Amino acid sequence: MSILNKFAPLRQTYDQLRAVGQNPFEMVFDEMFSPTEGLHKGRRTILLGTNNYLGLTFDQECIEASVEVLRQQGTGTTGSRIANGSYGGHRQLETDLAAYFNRKHCMVFSTGYQANLGMLSTLAGKGDYLLLDSDSHASIYDGARLGHAEVVRFRHNDPDDLAKRLRRLSSEPGAKLVVVEGIYSMLGDAAPLKEMAAVKREAGAWLMVDEAHSLGVLGEHGRGLAEEAGVEADVDFVVGTFSKSLGSVGGFCVSDIDGFDVLRVGCRPYMFTASLPPSVMTSTIMALKRLQASPELRTKLHANAHRLYDGLKGLGFKVGPQPNPIVSVALDDPMLAVAFWNRLLEGGVYLNLALPPATPSNLPLLRSSVSAAHSFEQIDRVVQLFETVGRQMGVLAALPPMRRSKPASNTAYPAHGDLDRAIAIGAR
Amino acid sequence: MDQRVSDTREQIVEGLRQIVPAEVAVTGTTHIMRDLNLDSLAVMDFMLTLEDRFDIVISLDKVAEVETLDDLVTVVEQLRARKLKS
Repeated sequence: MSILNKFAPLRQTYDQLRAVGQNPFEMVFDEMFSPTEGLHKGRRTILLGTNNYLGLTFDQECIEASVEVLRQQGTGTTGSRIANGSYGGHRQLETDLAAYFNRKHCMVFSTGYQANLGMLSTLAGKGDYLLLDSDSHASIYDGARLGHAEVVRFRHNDPDDLAKRLRRLSSEPGAKLVVVEGIYSMLGDAAPLKEMAAVKREAGAWLMVDEAHSLGVLGEHGRGLAEEAGVEADVDFVVGTFSKSLGSVGGFCVSDIDGFDVLRVGCRPYMFTASLPPSVMTSTIMALKRLQASPELRTKLHANAHRLYDGLKGLGFKVGPQPNPIVSVALDDPMLAVAFWNRLLEGGVYLNLALPPATPSNLPLLRSSVSAAHSFEQIDRVVQLFETVGRQMGVLAALPPMRRSKPASNTAYPAHGDLDRAIAIGAR
Repeated sequence: MDQRVSDTREQIVEGLRQIVPAEVAVTGTTHIMRDLNLDSLAVMDFMLTLEDRFDIVISLDKVAEVETLDDLVTVVEQLRARKLKS
């Protein structure tokens, strides 16, 4: 009897995926040519599932600055900030992020996952309540599990449902922290944040927004959904990641709350892990500058997102409720989705396969994340490949012969996100 | 008291009946995930409906305690009783 026996059902699913073709969770890219192209099994492949929204992973200024600091300060910090001390870059990055968000305080974490793990488990203690959107990312659920607060779910993107649950807790003395995401990672839908903020105010609760997929994507200055919805004053804590729009790795929390700095000695996922290497912080600092100085990246990102969303929708595929940089196609059957995904890969397009139960509505998803660095030609190739595979596999066969209308290009789409979440089997 | 417990059980079974096939037996010892073939997400979503039905709050650590229908009735009954007291 192996200690791994409990994973037998998961193992079975995993093996089934291998049998169909390439296992989507074992992808290896031998080379990366650009933010949008890599080499997979000798084939140049369009990358459409990497959350590289602004395409900054190959930004020359970020690379040059990072290389210089790498030579000056070495490859790593070899420990935590508590034990080994902070580097100038840690403080600089925190100062820059706080200034960008117009907040008093910032803490950086070694990953976005750890930012959620740290903030949720520390802010809400015994006797407090965490109210989570039912479609929350795994890092939010795991942060909730690590802490000692009571955890309550509310129905996805439903302010009335949240209000009802807060009302049931109104006589409980503990603090209530509501956690939502700017853009949900599976379907690309945004939270109705204005309405959520009103509910939060009414109930005297606290509000945290995870802007992982919306930083650099939504809002006039790219600060995310809170900026776009005009409710930044109601958001007590913003968490996010450097590994999407900022093209590196790490996470953060910004806030105006008095006494924030006590978290540096109270938040275990901050205290007991190695801090970010100096070269990573430098590229992130540069990327944050690029994000602010180049709003045209956001314009291009949304034009690309619209082109893909409109193209796929026009063909008759089932897409999410809003055109956003996350564009997901829902299919009816998991094995069909696995086969479809393999055909796309063989045709030179890599995106994410998301399987139930990690998906909303329990439908398998072919999940794309568009980048500002994609060319219209790349997006058009993707749409054409979807059409070819869709007709070959009978997904589109039953449809009336409807031709794709050319999307109106170059129009900046009025940013508004809508549906999204987990990626892999067992992600929740 | 007994009347309310049996009412709790009846309402939970009625709720389960809406998400599992009619031919599947539901008794006190029925293991909710294994015997009713529900995944963890389906169970958590079912808890949302129970919260609304009984106007209570079932936190996730309470959900984790539940294996059988009897366990679930006990948890819901405790929460209902607590609500009546407050």
